[in-house]
Amino acid sequence: MNEFNELDEMYREVILDHYRSPRNNQPLLEPTKEIESNNPFCGDEIKLQLKIQNEIVTEIGISGRGCAISQASASLMGEALLEKNINDSLELYSSFRELLTGNLSEDQLDNLGDLLALEGVKKFPIRVKCALLSWSAFNDLIEV
Amino acid sequence: MNKNLDPKKIKNDFPIFERTINGYPLIYLDNAATTQKPQSVIDSLSSYYQYSNANVFRGVHTLSIEATDLYDEARKKVQQFIKAKHIEEIIYTRNTSESINLVAYSWALKNLKKGDKMFISPFEHHSNLVPWQQICRKVGAQLLYIPLNDSGTIDCEKFSTQIDKNTKLISVTHMSNVLGEISPIKDLTELAHRFGALIMVDGAQSVPHMSIDVQEMNCDFLAFSSHKMLGPTGIGVLYAKKEILESMDPFLFGGDMISEVTYEDAKWNDLPYKFEAGTPNIADAIATGIAIDYLQDIGMENVFNHEKSLVSYALEKFSSLENIDILGSQNPSLKGGVISFNHKFIHPHDLGTALDRHGIAIRTGHHCAMPLIRSFGLVAASRASFYIYNGNEDIDKLINSISEIEDYFKNE
Repeated sequence: MNEFNELDEMYREVILDHYRSPRNNQPLLEPTKEIESNNPFCGDEIKLQLKIQNEIVTEIGISGRGCAISQASASLMGEALLEKNINDSLELYSSFRELLTGNLSEDQLDNLGDLLALEGVKKFPIRVKCALLSWSAFNDLIEV
Repeated sequence: MNKNLDPKKIKNDFPIFERTINGYPLIYLDNAATTQKPQSVIDSLSSYYQYSNANVFRGVHTLSIEATDLYDEARKKVQQFIKAKHIEEIIYTRNTSESINLVAYSWALKNLKKGDKMFISPFEHHSNLVPWQQICRKVGAQLLYIPLNDSGTIDCEKFSTQIDKNTKLISVTHMSNVLGEISPIKDLTELAHRFGALIMVDGAQSVPHMSIDVQEMNCDFLAFSSHKMLGPTGIGVLYAKKEILESMDPFLFGGDMISEVTYEDAKWNDLPYKFEAGTPNIADAIATGIAIDYLQDIGMENVFNHEKSLVSYALEKFSSLENIDILGSQNPSLKGGVISFNHKFIHPHDLGTALDRHGIAIRTGHHCAMPLIRSFGLVAASRASFYIYNGNEDIDKLINSISEIEDYFKNE
């Protein structure tokens, strides 16, 4: 059906999969840093815990409640952050943000990996905030 | 279906229904947020600016006199619409929130003292909650919540054991914007007055949908917005009893609200102008009168009965969807035309986005009532709210679309 075609671009199979079975959803007992963040517009909530050693994220715990986009994006973010240098991840955040606002250059595209699954969200500007909720929480956690 | 109200015919008066949304005819089910506007209201706005625009109360020229007459006539229509005793009891504001703030700052700040109590219900819109949190904190008064019974509606009997002579104000929604439940205002008014307290009614969701008689209700204040009853945005009303308004100080200061100004001091104008500083929202006030004309032609009893029949039909249809939970009472006799619901596995925002692809507009989120939504253990909910141009076929389309979307999220 036609009305589902554009929806398909946003709700890709990989997104629905991450929504139904979120990765890294066990709480960490001794996180280095943790943050709770919410989107007051829709009430989506994310709790993000990181264990960081020598600037590398070694363990991650994510829990939350919200729409498919916010929760799948958090799960995908968790996979992207693991075993990576936090400064590289901050750069990834900036590329991801540009992906969703439609300003991404060709050479940045390669770095995004599985995060590209969320590209369809850019057709639904009101939902971009959903996809960025977990990432802006990560950004706040690192910048503070 | 009510023979006095034909939604298909009414739809023809609303130009917005000529457009499509994502290739589908618009099904508008977000009326608790704002309603659509009939052609007569839209025409009134352009006609005012095209033919009658001038400032009110100050010119001797023809246009100013015409504008003043139209503006006064509109206020008269508001007075008759809610059956207020005096025309000067009708104060124009920007919206319900501003009307409540006016009472909070001009009445409560002066009359609530340390140790006093005021009550609101647990299902207030933020606009009838946040101002009172602020005022009570400022003066050291206690903000308390009216108790509910097991079915989640206001428990007047229990409340009568909690209200006392230190209670100075009750402010309560007439109809919940989330649950659609109608509050027992007359009982609450009697209780308030028995203990010497005043009562404010948030009529944002009731005045557009039912016949209102403030003298019969005997409330002290009533607030509502024009844009939720076919009128333009940017204009609302505060009704208050004359003797109370007379005892209150102005909320905003400036032009039009004075009778005499010297370099040292000023005297306040008569009611209602004492509370209407600056050039008023003339065009929107006049258009509000035209919206009231439209509703009066249909008859508010007919409006109310039509929505009752829609909500009964919708509740029955919703009961066929096994993954939908209705928030609050499922008894249509307690409800106006608002239904909030939650899908067991589709988040409201995913549902709202998918329904929009079918041209169906519903509200999703916390509905400006975060504490209430949280009390259901949720962070968000979906809401369908009805008005005069909605028919059973709109509800059928909503229900069918929800089923299709369910399959989509299940199977993909």
